[in-house]
Amino acid sequence: MAFGTTSSQHKSKKRSQSAAFFIFRLLSFSVVAILIVILGFILIQGISVISWDFLTEMPREGMTAGGIYPAIIGTLCLVAGSMIFAFPIGILSGIYINEYAKDSWFKRFIKLMTNNLAGVPSIVFGLFGMTLFVNQFGFGDSILAGSLTLGLLALPVVIRTTEEALKSIDDSFRIGSLALGATKWQTTSRVVLPMAFPNIITGLILSIGRVSGETAPILFTVAAYFLPKLPNSIFDQVMALPYHLYVISTSGTNIEASRAMAYGTAFVLIMIVLLANLLANWLRRYFGKKVKMN
Amino acid sequence: MKRYFHNLGERIIEGLIMISGTVTSITVLLIVFFLFKEGLGIFSQTPVAEGSVISVHPQNPVQELTANEVKEIFDQNITNWKEVGGADAHIQLFQIDDITDYYTEEQIGANFEYLPQRLNELVTKDPNMLAFFPEEYLAPDFKGKRVELAKISLGGFLGGREWYPTIQPAVQLGVLSLILGTLWVSLGAIIIALPLGLATAIYLAEIANPRVRNILKPVIELLAGIPSVVYGFFGLVVIVPLIQDVFGLPVGETALAGSIILGIMALPTIISVSEDAMRTTPRAMKEASLALGANKWQTIYKVIIPYSMSGISTAAILGMGRAIGETMAVLMVTGNASVIPHTFLEPVRTIPATIAAELGEAPQGGIHYQALFALGCILFLMTLLINLTVDFVSAKRKENR
Repeated sequence: MAFGTTSSQHKSKKRSQSAAFFIFRLLSFSVVAILIVILGFILIQGISVISWDFLTEMPREGMTAGGIYPAIIGTLCLVAGSMIFAFPIGILSGIYINEYAKDSWFKRFIKLMTNNLAGVPSIVFGLFGMTLFVNQFGFGDSILAGSLTLGLLALPVVIRTTEEALKSIDDSFRIGSLALGATKWQTTSRVVLPMAFPNIITGLILSIGRVSGETAPILFTVAAYFLPKLPNSIFDQVMALPYHLYVISTSGTNIEASRAMAYGTAFVLIMIVLLANLLANWLRRYFGKKVKMN
Repeated sequence: MKRYFHNLGERIIEGLIMISGTVTSITVLLIVFFLFKEGLGIFSQTPVAEGSVISVHPQNPVQELTANEVKEIFDQNITNWKEVGGADAHIQLFQIDDITDYYTEEQIGANFEYLPQRLNELVTKDPNMLAFFPEEYLAPDFKGKRVELAKISLGGFLGGREWYPTIQPAVQLGVLSLILGTLWVSLGAIIIALPLGLATAIYLAEIANPRVRNILKPVIELLAGIPSVVYGFFGLVVIVPLIQDVFGLPVGETALAGSIILGIMALPTIISVSEDAMRTTPRAMKEASLALGANKWQTIYKVIIPYSMSGISTAAILGMGRAIGETMAVLMVTGNASVIPHTFLEPVRTIPATIAAELGEAPQGGIHYQALFALGCILFLMTLLINLTVDFVSAKRKENR
């Protein structure tokens, strides 16, 4: 038996392969099952709570009745505010890293710092936002302070998305544009950016989904426990969906009675994330390109 | 002239881009600055509860006590002055409520107006008295000796097992139980998530056909997108009662609940990072293995997994990092008892959960507030260490290729 394997060896080889593959398939689908269980549970429990009144009324009776209107508006304000801050700076920063920066210690330093910022725990962002924006700058607990804190948190994601999107554009487009006499900025803004745009926008939508669910950074910078009115200016406090869910599921006046409200709030939060993901996936398919997040 | 303005515009834009590029670096530096500025303040504080005085007879030789000694004295575990460096005499404890044992209400005054004077008398009368009372009753001509509490030391802070930041008369700020709690829960999360995540990554990278991949990828992305507070809520209403029933515990809020939730949350990171690592295995290597007669499974565990080992360890470390820093989900399901955990079925308390739960009640600039910032520093350093390790490992990997 100098050549190959005996048939019994061959069989056991084959058997161990099919056993291993079966286990991998099983474990992979259990990951899917986990998601289905979590989503299914919250969506089924939450759907019966959802109504037009729930979405457009103020909370009443110690947050055990009424709706979550101010929390929805608050979260919208915070998402909008943080994106106004994070999108331009993040995209410009991504352009800097991929298009402008020369390969030097400075670029490496910036990339290292961006990576590290991405790894900073969200509660540390909360501490930082509180000292800098709330106390040092004197914004107080306000939409402004909360938005800036959330914006900083989203920054590394936006930068990385932009960077990846720009990296996927072939260099020949840049060289061609420059050869035609365009300046660097003209090349970047009229050739490279439009081509990278679909991928960038997909990443931005996903980051919106993520920012809307963050709780720890807004705990001490903006979130109000109970505030049944709408904000008038960016210096007002607001309620926010994730914090509201935390409050009514752990420390509300009557946890059992507000359980239905909690399911409804979780439903709305999940829907925001779900919609953001579906939209991003649809755009990805629409533009026929692949974006790699993380 | 037009050309000049054109150039100028280009320059301005370049400047803007460059400034934007530095924002993350500046943020990291500012985070370090503010975190450590507040956090290090704790080491110049004495751990006496805010607005309180600890005082002894003027002739008492004891100058300084540690926070722990004060606690032991008031818990009656230390009852003799000898044990804390004084004379051989019984410690006569006095707290403000005990005042009625010594004086009548008329002597104190209806509105406590004579109280400072009475306290003054008490402290000078009994040489073995250790008095603890609010600062507002301190007489202007106070004749007793105020006992200094030893400043909080780095060793005491990191090695202390007791975290009672608001206890009277001396606050106990030991973070060992919080650090161990954080590591304990995160370790449990990785133990749960690593086999599951690795199997999924192998399946995605080598076994699944494109159609299955197209289903699994968005699922994993969605798993990463679910807000942590929703995970916490799910844990609270499903996993916590389940654990309580299955193990017959008095409460279901345990380290295990935290580990399960954190494990699920760490899955997307572990899957995507290790899948990427496996995908970088050179095709030639795989094909050589197959050509030698190895089947797919043998190729996977003899070639692909060893080749991507550094990537897999990066994935595990990154997953651990996510678990360590996670706040809301842990806060909601682990029960938040600040004791050193021995099993996964006990409540624990992590660093992020402590900050989130207590910062709202800590008066700004006080000792509790600074202690929470010091916790933030520890957390920041832990995650920084993790990030730098990952950077180092992936740089090494690029080098070896």
